[in-house]
Amino acid sequence: MSQSDKSLYEKVWDAHAVKTLSNGQTQLLIGTHLIHEVTSPQAFGMLRDLNLTVKYPERTFATVDHIVPTDSQEMPFADPLADAMIKELANNAKEFGITYFDLPSGKQGVVHVVGPEEGITQPGTTIACGDSHTATHGAFGAIAFGIGTTQVRDVLATQTIAMEKLKVRRINVDGELQAGVYAKDVILHIIKLLGAKGGIGYAYEYGGSLLDSFSIEERMTVCNMSIEGGARCGYVNPDEMTFEYLKGRPYCPEGEAWDTAVERWKSFASDADCNYDDVIDIRAEDIAPSVTWGISPDQGVFIDESVPDPAQAQSDAEKASITDALEYMQLEAGTPVKGIPVDVAFIGSCTNGRLSDFQEAARFLKGHHVAEGVKAIAVPGSQIVAKQCEDEGLDVIFEEAGFQWRKAGCSMCLAMNPDKLEGDQLCASSSNRNFKGRQGSPTGRTVLMSPVMVAAAAVAGEIADAREVFQITAN
Amino acid sequence: MALDKITQVTGRGVYVPGSDIDTDRIIPARFMKCVTFDGLGEYLFYDVRYHEDGSKKDHPLDDARFSGASILLSGENFGCGSSREHAPQALNRFGIHAVIAESFAEIFFGNCTTLGMPCVTASSDDIKTLATAVETDPSLDITIDIENGQVTYGDGNSIAITIPATASDALINGRWDPIAELLEASEQVAATVTAAGYQ
Repeated sequence: MSQSDKSLYEKVWDAHAVKTLSNGQTQLLIGTHLIHEVTSPQAFGMLRDLNLTVKYPERTFATVDHIVPTDSQEMPFADPLADAMIKELANNAKEFGITYFDLPSGKQGVVHVVGPEEGITQPGTTIACGDSHTATHGAFGAIAFGIGTTQVRDVLATQTIAMEKLKVRRINVDGELQAGVYAKDVILHIIKLLGAKGGIGYAYEYGGSLLDSFSIEERMTVCNMSIEGGARCGYVNPDEMTFEYLKGRPYCPEGEAWDTAVERWKSFASDADCNYDDVIDIRAEDIAPSVTWGISPDQGVFIDESVPDPAQAQSDAEKASITDALEYMQLEAGTPVKGIPVDVAFIGSCTNGRLSDFQEAARFLKGHHVAEGVKAIAVPGSQIVAKQCEDEGLDVIFEEAGFQWRKAGCSMCLAMNPDKLEGDQLCASSSNRNFKGRQGSPTGRTVLMSPVMVAAAAVAGEIADAREVFQITAN
Repeated sequence: MALDKITQVTGRGVYVPGSDIDTDRIIPARFMKCVTFDGLGEYLFYDVRYHEDGSKKDHPLDDARFSGASILLSGENFGCGSSREHAPQALNRFGIHAVIAESFAEIFFGNCTTLGMPCVTASSDDIKTLATAVETDPSLDITIDIENGQVTYGDGNSIAITIPATASDALINGRWDPIAELLEASEQVAATVTAAGYQ
């Protein structure tokens, strides 16, 4: 190791540091700014109050995702509040000259699906968005993180924010996954091991032979949930897979400029001998299909395990957490997770709403049918994903299996649109958060899992092992 | 645009126990269908304060003894999850002006600091001691002394607190909203935009 060996995080940080602020923070350049309708309107309001304008409008991109209905997307929306929000975003984009992927564009979708699809997400860049799942873009070797609305204002006005450098934790996952185990299981396992607050103060660098073999979409699933582990950003070093994914996308350079860009992107990858603040090693073979049982994403188990008993907690705080979670989830201590009845099944979100997620679920769903009494919805992450799926006939497979095939949006991940749980319904969900009330009913219950496991739960009518339901024996 | 120098915050306390209290719990998503932050205060912790029929549950924020409290005490990883600034805005508009917890989620911490709302950490035992004092005497004034890194209360009692140096500097020197300083560097920003290959 030499002094000059650096991680990708450090290289990107150094390339974007503008100056040191008087309180000791760094003024950091934000290369790409993504905005949506929920966390940006107040920021534009602040800009107007301060008589400021958008400094680099070509470096901000907008789309609408959280509040859009996924059944009918005809304007005006039935919900006047949602309608006001989408109009506000359209007006702000127009007034300040910001590119807006709106519903008629054919490119609308969840902001973290749209950025990569358009090739806006690029290695070695900094990306900020008023959304905590911005780490998704780290799959390309970008340093990407969520910010608050006042910081959205800062980026609009100055293309920078005040920030402090994070430590870097390298998480190696080596080996091969067992059949029926997916990227979602890998990140749920990491969060369970390191805890929901384990990543505070860290950027997570995911690597190892498994991550190297992962597709870009699988890497996005892993990076997406960094924040559930407390890490504000997570990334994978860029490689040939990254460049192959980006080549030819609308916002990527072409010709000679492409070659130059690739050389530059490669230079950001962590040096082989760089120093990490912490290193974790995980064996891929040890990971089984995973589900959450509680109200925090780190409250997870493998499918053949049972929910914990508060009597076996290591501390009073842990005992209180388990007790609270079991009470909310209406589960008895020691209940096997397999067999817990489900009311709703949801495949979609910025975690698992991409083409490969629907391809994999459809592959196994074909020939099966959703259990009676289960409401099942499949929601593509973007209009482009929807079209790709429909071109392959996946929508037909989902519908024949008893799923509703919807239009693009955040849908049932977060309860800001008509897709919500009712009462204490329990949802098998491919989304990212199982917080109390997250899916729209104050007593609704969420169990996080991979899309294939959601499909299995939908078919079985209960939390089930997809390997058994679909007889999965090989990847 | 001179900002207040926030060296200390004094007020009565309220203890909201628990770990991993997320921003969905602090302000449920359905109340974010708005284009301003006005009025968010009344929806603070809504689903853990109210039953679905609108009747009140048994939440500390609705306990008359703690009415008017402006300093919230809690556990680990307070403010985790969604980046929504609606959470600190709702706390602020409800009348909470500082939080003492065992630890904070980063985005929430930054959002609070930028609003001039100090978030300070203390040990689990010290928070329990302080919570007991507050619950024994809800009229107790407690003072978060940012400059000296302690919370003082009652008859000469104190607990140690920590706050990152950058946040403490920003609060104490009245530069917690960084916009003025960020705007100053426009030429250096332009140079960095070019050097980093964006133009």
